[in-house]
Amino acid sequence: MKEINGVKLEFTSKSANEGFARAAVAVFASQLDPTLDELNDIKTAVSEAVTNCIVHAYPDEIGKILVRAKLFSDNSVEIVVRDWGLGIPDVDAAREPMFTTGGEERSGMGFTIMESFMDRLRVRSAAGKGTTVTMRRTISVRAARK
Amino acid sequence: MTVNTSFDDGTLTLRFEGELDHHAARGAVRDVERAIEAHLPRACVLNLDGLSFMDSSGIAVILKAHRRVSELGATLLVTGARAQPLKVLAAAKLERLITIEHQKELYI
Ligand SMILES: Nc1ncnc2c1ncn2[C@@H]1O[C@H](COP(=O)(O)OP(=O)(O)O)[C@@H](O)[C@H]1O
Ligand SMILES: [Mg+2]
Repeated sequence: MKEINGVKLEFTSKSANEGFARAAVAVFASQLDPTLDELNDIKTAVSEAVTNCIVHAYPDEIGKILVRAKLFSDNSVEIVVRDWGLGIPDVDAAREPMFTTGGEERSGMGFTIMESFMDRLRVRSAAGKGTTVTMRRTISVRAARK
Repeated sequence: MTVNTSFDDGTLTLRFEGELDHHAARGAVRDVERAIEAHLPRACVLNLDGLSFMDSSGIAVILKAHRRVSELGATLLVTGARAQPLKVLAAAKLERLITIEHQKELYI
C-alpha cells in the first residue's frame, strides 16, 4: 500500500494546543472522505494521545510534541504522536483500563479509548527517553458523490 | 467551554457548552464544585447537550461530580450527550455507575 500524503506538526506541550492538534489531524484526514463518526473517532484518539504527552510526559516542564499523519492508498490513516518526556516504565500495565498515575484528574481510560476507536494501536516507550504512539484507522469507502 | 448553572426545587442543573478536554477540565471541575457547594442539591443533572467534543478528561470531571453528589446523598443524572461524547461515556462503561439518559432524537 502506497503513501499518498503526509503532514507533520510540531508544537509545545501546552494544553491550549490539544484542540489545535485534534482539529488539524481531522481536517487532514477528511481527504479520505470519512463519515462524521469516523472523523470524531480520530479526533478523540488524537486528543487522548496528545493529552498524555502534556500531562504525563512533561508534568513539570514544557516539551516538544510531534504529530505525523499519513494517508495510504488503501484509504487508511496512520497517526504518530511522539514525545521526548518521562516515558512509560511498563507499557502493558499502562494500557490496562483505569490504570492511571494521574490521580483523580485522570480516568485511566485514554489508551482504552485509543484502542477501541482506532483499528490498531502500538505504544513504544523507554523510561527517560520518551514515548511514541502509532495508531491506524481504515476509513470506509463510500460511493462516489458529486 | 462554559458551565451554566440553574437551581430549581432542590435540583441543580449544570449545562456544559463547548469542548471538554484536559485544557478545559480544570475550569469545569471548579465551576461544578462551586455550584454543588453553593446549592447542596438533592438531585444534580449534568446536561451535555451543548458539548461538541469530550475526551476522557470529561470522564474524570463527571466522576468527581458523582463522588461529591453521592457524599451529599443526592442523585446524579447525565443527559443530552451527542454521539461523540456518548461514545466516550460508553467506552468508559460509565453507565454502570451513573444514570445516563439518552437523547430522545436517537430513538426516533
Ligand atoms: N506519553 C506518555 N508519557 C509518559 N507516561 C504516559 C504517556 N502516556 C501514558 N502514560 C502513562 O500511562 C497511564 C495511562 O494512560 P491513559 O490510559 O491515557 O490514562 P490517563 O491519562 O487517564 O492516566 C498514564 O497514567 C501514565 O502513567
Ligand atoms: Mg490519558
